[in-house]
Amino acid sequence: MAPQRTERLLNLVIALVATRRWLTKEQIRHAVPQYAECESGESFDRMFERDKEDLRELGVPLVTGTYEPLFDDEPGYRIDRESYALPALEFTAHELAVLGLASRVWQQASLAGPAARAMTKLRALGVEVDAESLVGVEPRVRAAEPAFDPLYAATRDRAPVTFRYRRADGEMSERRVQPWALTSRGGFWYVVGFDTDRGAERAFKLSRVQGAVRAGKPGSFEVPAEVDVDAMVGPPSTVDTRTAVLQVRPGRGTTLRLQARALAGTPPEGVPQVAPAVGAGPGGAAPADAAADDPAAWDVLELPVGDLWNLAEQVASHGPDVVAVAPPDLRAAVVRLLTGAATGATVTVPGSRRRAGAAR
Amino acid sequence: MSPSGATQRLSRLLAMVPWLLQHPGVPLAEAAQHFGITETQLVKDLELLFVCGTPGHLPDDLIDADWESGRIFLGNADPLSRPLRLGVDEAVALLAGLRTLADVPGLHDRDVLATVLDKLSAAAGEAAPRAAALHVDLSRGAQEHVLTAARDAVRRGRRVRLRYLVPSRDETTDRDVDPIRVLNEGDRWYVEGWCHRAEAVRRFRLDRILTIDVLDVDGTPPADALARDGDDLFSPSPDDLVVTVELQPAARWVAEYYPVDDVQELTGGRLRVRLRTASEDWLPRLALRLGGQLVVVSPPQVAERVRALAGQALARYDQEPLAVAPTGTPTGTPAGVAAGASTVAPARPGRPAEDVTPLA
Repeated sequence: MAPQRTERLLNLVIALVATRRWLTKEQIRHAVPQYAECESGESFDRMFERDKEDLRELGVPLVTGTYEPLFDDEPGYRIDRESYALPALEFTAHELAVLGLASRVWQQASLAGPAARAMTKLRALGVEVDAESLVGVEPRVRAAEPAFDPLYAATRDRAPVTFRYRRADGEMSERRVQPWALTSRGGFWYVVGFDTDRGAERAFKLSRVQGAVRAGKPGSFEVPAEVDVDAMVGPPSTVDTRTAVLQVRPGRGTTLRLQARALAGTPPEGVPQVAPAVGAGPGGAAPADAAADDPAAWDVLELPVGDLWNLAEQVASHGPDVVAVAPPDLRAAVVRLLTGAATGATVTVPGSRRRAGAAR
Repeated sequence: MSPSGATQRLSRLLAMVPWLLQHPGVPLAEAAQHFGITETQLVKDLELLFVCGTPGHLPDDLIDADWESGRIFLGNADPLSRPLRLGVDEAVALLAGLRTLADVPGLHDRDVLATVLDKLSAAAGEAAPRAAALHVDLSRGAQEHVLTAARDAVRRGRRVRLRYLVPSRDETTDRDVDPIRVLNEGDRWYVEGWCHRAEAVRRFRLDRILTIDVLDVDGTPPADALARDGDDLFSPSPDDLVVTVELQPAARWVAEYYPVDDVQELTGGRLRVRLRTASEDWLPRLALRLGGQLVVVSPPQVAERVRALAGQALARYDQEPLAVAPTGTPTGTPAGVAAGASTVAPARPGRPAEDVTPLA
């Protein structure tokens, strides 16, 4: 089946490139032997429609037209010779190797196939790839979410989409969106676009799209010229420029020490060092061996707050080995997290528990 | 062969014809290598070309192909003498792939990437702007100086000495590694290599490499240290600790972010999931960080450890965990963390952890 299919497509391309005039469907049917063998007009129609799609996907500029637009003539087909060919291009072997690396980043069929085809076409230019220069580097992009393929196609074709979406809080709803772009961040894919029901720009995480994505008519909307995809996915987080003070048990809290080091301006290649103490505990510096369980005698780190809750989470994750000293709202946030962990973790029977916050 | 197999082959044939016309008498082996196929496949391709041609399909209409001598001569193929331009998906896959590479500092020579992008954008014509539909940012955590050093070591086959941070154990270790390749999973970058300390192939996250020194020592990995496939990065081991946890709606991201064995929907948008971990410390740290949004259901000793660590940590703030928790007031925030702090903590945004980008 497949070799015949390739043969049929190739004969179709040759016939439509070679012709100087418009070929009607009937002429095409006679020109391509595999079409001529079709038993019914219907099966020919189906085959021809599918083949046209395949050729367009490959980039073949299939155009339709007629000599007598004033009459109701049947339209004819041909391939536009002017735009058929790849423009004259010269890549060095090294540049072609870089292109090869770019073509291999895609791990999902919807882009990996086209990327491989593109490389085959570029090989027709006759350059040998210099593979040696790129040994050992394997960047790759995955899109495991089932919604990726339909949303990519809709974004490419500017077709509106409808899908069921589960918000972060679990609520499900039907969303209608004009998709502008797909973006991958932090290992997740998002689609950004215009939510027509809410009349506003929105970002949606693909892993929260439930079930099928239905696409509408291609070319239905325009993508605004200036879309700030990054801003749409992540609200610009305000950076808290205050300084946090932490007590850290000697030998612990390595990630926090690294952040404190960055504040101190130590070059990144340096070995992590304890930040200079900003003040000894009550009664002055304690002897090192007595420091074991007295936070007042531990190392004191100063680092930028940055994002209050993010820092609070980091501090809480170290349990009793790190204490937030200042500012007060950081202390309070850490206490809140620890209290939640202390109380939540004691409940082992699902459904029977009432959270403190939900009790009223 | 799938339909896409047929188009893949067609695109190879359309690339092969112009190249063969430019290289009359090229040996079969050389042509096969150029297009990355076997000689058997090449001969099948030539046999197919041999029976295709312009309408009429009389002997004079068909493509001439002769390879009896082991050298390929093609003729009568004028309609296909130029390589086909790129299709939309093909252009998008390569352009978006190149931009992805260009955004990762240290991954590749920026000037080469910029040149290739320019040439390809020009060649892609009207398809080029469509590549804006895909944005992939892999740059996070790719520390430029570490990435550059690791690439250099792989290319030159040198051993590296790493100072490596293991956050789940809150410790740093020194390791000598014979690097095999540099790769990413999502937006995490790794150097993979033979670790002399573990005497096994290991992956090291670049953002946890505190220092990297390329040693003047041969770094050829042992012959049996085969590069692992990316998919087994989280391959379960029989030694793994299996933990069942319940996630509040605001912590549902955990099920998407970490590999989980089993996911069960509960009422109120909660999830019950089973996680595997090789580290005893990892889960308690995550639970402390999430402040009660993640509740350990089993095994009981892990739940107990979370409670104990949180209690000890709260003692550092002069807080009694069980005395304060039940009096907490509703916070009105999506996270709904139990409030018990003596100082009012700021409202917690619905942003659960540093690793994850949330959505409105």
